[in-house]
Amino acid sequence: MADLTTEFVGIKSPNPFWLASAPPTDKEYNVRRAFEAGWGGVVWKTLGEAGPPVVNVNGPRYGAIWGADRRLLGLNNIELITDRPLEVNLREIKAVKRDYPDRAIVVSLMVPCEEQAWKAILPLVEETGADGVELNFGCPHGMSERGMGSAVGQVPEYIEMVTRWVKQNTRMPCIVKLTPNITDIKQPALAAMRGGADAVSLINTINSITSVDLDLFAPEPTIDGKGAHGGYCGPAVKPIALNMVAEIARTPEMARLPISGIGGVTTWKDAAEFMALGAGNVQVCTAAMTYGFKIVQEMISGLSDYMDKKDMVATSELIGKAVPNLSDWQHLNLNYIAKAKINQDLCISCGRCFAACEDTSHQAIAMSADRTFTVKDDECVACNLCVNVCPVDDCITMEQMAAGAVDPRTGRTVLPDYANWTTHPNNPAAAKAAV
Amino acid sequence: MHSKAFAPGVMAGRLDPVDLAAGFGDLHPALGDHEAMVAADRCYFCHDAPCITACPTDIDIPLFIRQIATGTPDAAAKTILSQNILGGMCARVCPTETLCEQACVREAAEGKPVEIGRLQRYATDGLMASGVHPFSRAALTGKTVAVVGAGPAGLACAHRLAMFGHDVVLFDARPKPGGLNEYGIAAYKSTDEFAAREVDWLLQIGGIRLETGTALGRDITLQELRAEYDAVFLGIGLGGVNALKVPGADKDGVLDAVDFISDLRQASDLGALPVGRDVVVIGGGMTAVDAAVQARLLGAANVTMVYRRGRDRMNASRFEQDLAASKGVRIITNASPIAVHGNGAVREVEFEYTDDGLAPTGERFRIAADQVFKAIGQVLEGDALPELDGRKIAVSAEGRTSVVGVWAGGDCAAGGDDLTVTAVAQGRDAAMNIHIALMGATAAVTA
Repeated sequence: MADLTTEFVGIKSPNPFWLASAPPTDKEYNVRRAFEAGWGGVVWKTLGEAGPPVVNVNGPRYGAIWGADRRLLGLNNIELITDRPLEVNLREIKAVKRDYPDRAIVVSLMVPCEEQAWKAILPLVEETGADGVELNFGCPHGMSERGMGSAVGQVPEYIEMVTRWVKQNTRMPCIVKLTPNITDIKQPALAAMRGGADAVSLINTINSITSVDLDLFAPEPTIDGKGAHGGYCGPAVKPIALNMVAEIARTPEMARLPISGIGGVTTWKDAAEFMALGAGNVQVCTAAMTYGFKIVQEMISGLSDYMDKKDMVATSELIGKAVPNLSDWQHLNLNYIAKAKINQDLCISCGRCFAACEDTSHQAIAMSADRTFTVKDDECVACNLCVNVCPVDDCITMEQMAAGAVDPRTGRTVLPDYANWTTHPNNPAAAKAAV
Repeated sequence: MHSKAFAPGVMAGRLDPVDLAAGFGDLHPALGDHEAMVAADRCYFCHDAPCITACPTDIDIPLFIRQIATGTPDAAAKTILSQNILGGMCARVCPTETLCEQACVREAAEGKPVEIGRLQRYATDGLMASGVHPFSRAALTGKTVAVVGAGPAGLACAHRLAMFGHDVVLFDARPKPGGLNEYGIAAYKSTDEFAAREVDWLLQIGGIRLETGTALGRDITLQELRAEYDAVFLGIGLGGVNALKVPGADKDGVLDAVDFISDLRQASDLGALPVGRDVVVIGGGMTAVDAAVQARLLGAANVTMVYRRGRDRMNASRFEQDLAASKGVRIITNASPIAVHGNGAVREVEFEYTDDGLAPTGERFRIAADQVFKAIGQVLEGDALPELDGRKIAVSAEGRTSVVGVWAGGDCAAGGDDLTVTAVAQGRDAAMNIHIALMGATAAVTA
């Protein structure tokens, strides 16, 4: 069985599955249950400065969207940082860390943008024996209205400044958690790096309104007839998160910056994908909030089975393995030509591929009177929509055409060599360069 | 064990009331809201969906299921009812396993089709429970049409005619409307007086005058109707039954299955309904299954269904055969009755095994019976009817008979399966053709 032990910014954990800073890690009771279930680490829910804690709304703080069979696909929240007193959290962190020395405990922090505030809280966290801190520059609701959370994360200069204060005032590793509510994720990540961050974690939640109550005409979740935007997470945000992780991983200056991947990790496979795109570990929240802590058992068995099959003995072999294959559109091989192929033995004749292709794409699927669906190679551009809408796994596949064959759509012979847009005759820039 | 459970002879009260009521409960209980959402989520919204093609009334099944899934079950009901005004009954009695659900691509994919029938019931029950009748009549045309037979074909025809603005007089020979829905199907398929409630709901369209207890050939003639009305639709069903032509077939206890089912459907107290200890049902169709299963549910200890051909030729669907088996009915195939034995009342029925060509094999056996139900087919009754095609009224694709101004549909008309849903389609389509005949071809465009 593959060794899932992970070392992230010097913090060891028995597996790369951490619980993200969120309700599941708000108190000792939950975190002990998480560790008993097998989680490798937690990022303790964000602590604020000493004094009266924040308060939360007393109505719904979550909203959701669902797929078929009410499978939860996306969750949004308007919960703030911990609403329990600082000293209670610190006492509990210390107690849990003492009892679970092999698990990672990182403490999420959010205090005002003043050096004194950070100077005050860091020694208190250090005293608990926690393994590190994560700076919450991500929460997009509530705290951001008070100049914290994503209000900091959206200004690279602030990120750099606060990160530097933290590094100057503690020996603990410092992870900077980034908000996705920006245009270019590389800028806040670079700022964190300049400030001395040991790692970045991303993504935090996305500004969102999950739905509108069509009787009250109020956004959901609704508090007394009103709604405020919340932070969106869960399986629905995974593609956005993967891209942002990848953007950082493929930027040469940040090639060595550790990344903790967050955003819709629900199964071992999601975790493996984040890791292949450069994440050193993953943080999970929504999946645990949907199914409970036990899901980590599937994540552990699934990732180790996968690594065994791939002859990987350590997670370090997986981390970043897909990064070299990240490219820009202009470098994709235009001589790669594929055609959709429908496996008639698997086809159940639902006709969704036909409707999608006929109504919205390239009219490249034929339908016979007896509901046999076949691809018209002379029309198919291999767009993949039929694959995406087909309800049967592997029924429709994209088959690469061999070099030397003639593409019936264009009448041109498939060329064996690689050629991209930069040199394509239709590219005005390429034409200019040639002259 | 009830004291009368094994008592020989034909008697009432073989079961405790609790067991009796449990047996006659809904065969397919209604889906709850959550179950309906889960079931609806499974529909793939197929292109040119095979389930629609398989439905004799062409209900847009993917659309109505999507309407359920998106929280608008009343819109779903309207989608169903606009094609099939008896969508509520069809949801209960259709052999969906050989129609829409057999065609469902998830049957091909997983052997588990979308539960189309139960979803249809969910939608239509909801609308009917709210008392809404979502259709209204077009401007009155001043035409009046006689519809003979208030079964599925006649009801569908009458409703569609009323929608077009015609007035309808709906005749039926029996005291209650509904035809086989009211008198002819197993009680566990139409619980809580559903057939009667559905007719009441259907008649909310207005413009339909119901004349029950009025039989064609006895109280009215086709000639009179033709003279008095602008058009006539015959949906008179099959009033007669085939005779069992074997020695002893006249003995006491040998009954028509349709009468047994009818009596059962009209009984106010099932506990008062007599049934034999040893019951033999002769036949292999839906009526045979309905009789056999209900005999068991009334407390008959031994019920045997005997069919002269192989199991593959039985008219009862596989689902119905399995239902019978699950209720403890023994099914014997490839055996023909050759005699009914007994001294006054039936004691035994003698059968002979037959090969697949119905040729006797010489191998005989007897089954003890104190009650025998004949379910060997129903036949058209009546004189002075339009020309026949075989043993039923000949009709064109639009339901026209050989007599000008007379249309026919349902079980009395040749062509199509003898199913409720087929009768509805034929009645509806005949109404469309009657409308065109009365109003001219342009009517079809505005209809």
